Amino acid sequence: MMNGRAQMNIVIVGHVDHGKSTVIGRLLADTGTLPKGKLESVKENCRKNSKPFEYAFLLDALKDEQSQGITIDMARCFFKTAARDYIIIDAPGHIEFLKNMITGASRAESALLVIDVDEGIKENSKRHGQMVSMLGVKQVTVLVNKMDLVDFSEEVFEKLKADYSEFLAQIKVKPVSFIPVSAREGDNIATLSERMPWYRGATVLQQLDGFTSDKQLQDKPFRFPVQDIYKFTRQNDDRRIVAGTVAAGSVSVGDEVLFLPSGKQSAIKTVESFNTTPKQSALTGDALGFTLTTQIYIRPGELMVKPSEPLPEVGTRFRVNIFWVGRAPMIMQKEYKLKIGSARASVKLAEICNTLDASDLSYSKNKHQLDCRDVGECILETSRPIAFDPAAASEATGRFVIVDNYEIAGGGIVIENLSADETLLQRHIRERENNWEKGLIKAEEREHANHHRAKFIVFTGVPGTGKRSIAKALEQGLFGNRLNAYYLGVASIDRGLDADLGYNADNAGERLRRIGELARILTDAGLIFITTIDDADDYDIETLKQLNEPSDILVVNLGENGFSRYHPDLQIPAISSLADAVQAVVELLKTKEIIIEYQI
Amino acid sequence: MDHLDKLEAQSVYILREAYREFKSLCMLWSIGKDSTVMLWLARKAFFGHVPIPLVHIDTHYKIPEMITYRDRIALEWNLNMIYGENREALESKLTFPDGNTDRITCCKYLKSEALKHTLSGEWPRYRMDHELKRYVPDEGKEPYTGVIVGVRADEEGSRSKERYFSPRDKDNVWDVGDQPPEFWNQFKTDFAPGTHVRIHPLLDWTELNIWEYIEREKIPVVSLYFNQGKGTRYRSLGCYPCTNPVDSASQTVPEIIDELKSGRLSNIAERSGRAQDSEDGGLETLRRDGYM
Repeated sequence: MMNGRAQMNIVIVGHVDHGKSTVIGRLLADTGTLPKGKLESVKENCRKNSKPFEYAFLLDALKDEQSQGITIDMARCFFKTAARDYIIIDAPGHIEFLKNMITGASRAESALLVIDVDEGIKENSKRHGQMVSMLGVKQVTVLVNKMDLVDFSEEVFEKLKADYSEFLAQIKVKPVSFIPVSAREGDNIATLSERMPWYRGATVLQQLDGFTSDKQLQDKPFRFPVQDIYKFTRQNDDRRIVAGTVAAGSVSVGDEVLFLPSGKQSAIKTVESFNTTPKQSALTGDALGFTLTTQIYIRPGELMVKPSEPLPEVGTRFRVNIFWVGRAPMIMQKEYKLKIGSARASVKLAEICNTLDASDLSYSKNKHQLDCRDVGECILETSRPIAFDPAAASEATGRFVIVDNYEIAGGGIVIENLSADETLLQRHIRERENNWEKGLIKAEEREHANHHRAKFIVFTGVPGTGKRSIAKALEQGLFGNRLNAYYLGVASIDRGLDADLGYNADNAGERLRRIGELARILTDAGLIFITTIDDADDYDIETLKQLNEPSDILVVNLGENGFSRYHPDLQIPAISSLADAVQAVVELLKTKEIIIEYQI
Repeated sequence: MDHLDKLEAQSVYILREAYREFKSLCMLWSIGKDSTVMLWLARKAFFGHVPIPLVHIDTHYKIPEMITYRDRIALEWNLNMIYGENREALESKLTFPDGNTDRITCCKYLKSEALKHTLSGEWPRYRMDHELKRYVPDEGKEPYTGVIVGVRADEEGSRSKERYFSPRDKDNVWDVGDQPPEFWNQFKTDFAPGTHVRIHPLLDWTELNIWEYIEREKIPVVSLYFNQGKGTRYRSLGCYPCTNPVDSASQTVPEIIDELKSGRLSNIAERSGRAQDSEDGGLETLRRDGYM
């Protein structure tokens, strides 16, 4: 191996002016990472300007150099010890830089939390502690800084340690250690301080080297979020490859695998990778692909697991902790986009159990929205089931983000799956039906006058199967037989009924709801209402079926069947002629007594 | 997994995420070592294929070996190779080598402007025809909404502030101060109409990592990176009027790795041979304006 040195990302957090930059400057200087002569020249500069030298000036000096093109990086700085290489991710303490801090901290394996012993615990000492915890940084060491200002007093140190430990316990953080330091003077950074003989624990550098980088994910149940399915047929490649990154555990050729939430099963035929020796197994962290022993239709976003191991949860309603950083608050009833693992789903905030103001740690039970920087324990509900793990069991498949108006506006972790007594959709339909104002004409009267029954016909299948042509031909055929059929193209709604939704992918659930509501109205009016939906899955159909009630739905699938459990009423091969396809639907309508007679 | 395995896996993940989420995606290939490693990582991500068009901005002042290498690899690896240019500036000789602009303005015209209008589809694109083995005008006029770029955080100050998925607004402007958060491995893959996203799969790589990986994977790179006997080699590639070689005896990839590890170059910026960086404002000014 050319360079077997281990690397670790660490993040340094804490309140403004509690000494983060000084700690970084010290670490760079004491590990000999600084460019030659840098330290001396900054000291010289300070002497000339008669101001006391500060290690933080080093960072400023390096920043100046950086703008002249020297390759020292400030948002990330590098230093090494005998044990390994470190990347310090600079996480600014100012509240405006919260998003930067999240980005930095979520990539870190360990954190140093800096507190000024003289100023004590401040807002960001708490907020950052909370965030580091939520972001899953397990190894936290607290640097009690500026010990020189309190005469290196053990008593003052112990008092702060006790206070802050109490806070951290509340947010379930167990720090690895507390180290009393004076970053400016170098006490307990690289060498144990003689001025604090009462402290005989690890120095900061010893502590860093003591952190472990192995997350022990290899032995956990296998989790593989399916990122994509590739088939590069045009390049004369017939492999159908399920691609992604192993989030936990391992899998080998021949292992049975299960896809969730679809429930489809197969087994691993090959492990696929480019320019490597052939592989028989895939381990945690590997970004590769698999071919399967059977041809099954699966979509990106499924979670591939081994049925022989503990299974993840599948559900639509779950308790979570959310950290909200959006400009607009997170509100009830609004549709957001949830991204968890490789899955994406429409999601709504169903309930706020309580919110935590991280600055004073006060809980509030009465909030109806999550404001920027709130941490809330909430209940979320997705429009369709997703597969996940509680974060405590498996981090990578228990973390999610929420997208609002194209932006990642919040992140969080799943606490537990909740069984849904009544889903948001069911409640919506119940309330809608309770308020439905009936006219004086009964459904049977309409059927009698129309010579057909009302029906909602949905054509499904992958794009490019000619669904729309068949749907339009069916409408024409039925109309020619003096039957009240109406075809609605989904594109017509985009710029009309759905114009307010824009092209925002977060609104997939709302778009579907509106089609379902239209079906409810048009079937109530006695029509045969025809539309098409690309690549619909079981839950899309289930949603439309429920929204269309009390009338009934008829699903015609063209080409490859993408449903996992749902059986379409009619399956038509993609190669069928237009006339044959229409004829097949008409026959089914006759069998089901939707229409009585039909002449071509 | 060693550190190269980890870097590779993360880049592959980012490339697949981009391919999944962006309908109109391209990858910028500068022909340099970094974007060539990125191209290799795409072959890793897509199992030997590169289902993403590669875009090169040809200033027509590139060192000739670069163009020969580009076209050879494009044919060998079956790449959907596209180039764009600022024809107007070239024809009216509004360039630094013609003595009509300073270096920064020349970069702005031949690179930033050319790039902007090639990405938007307003200016002609030329595509490698694999049967004719030459470039033909490209029919495609669609703007690219996802642009994969091979910048590294350790390269230069402004690049260290980048995200893996970094939005640019309608005018290509990068708001350094207000960037979206990236939680764990979830990135900004949603974007408003008219805006686009730059994707940076190599952000965590260092110059040393790049060379270690080139060695491990045996990736072919342009011969300009190696000392051909004159005691100099290029460390960063660009246009010949503004790019100078550095003093170095390294003739092979392992020798470059040793050279980087020895610290012999540690106090010299990687882009020190790139004259435009030292002009007023330098790279950050150019980058705000859409430069890569």
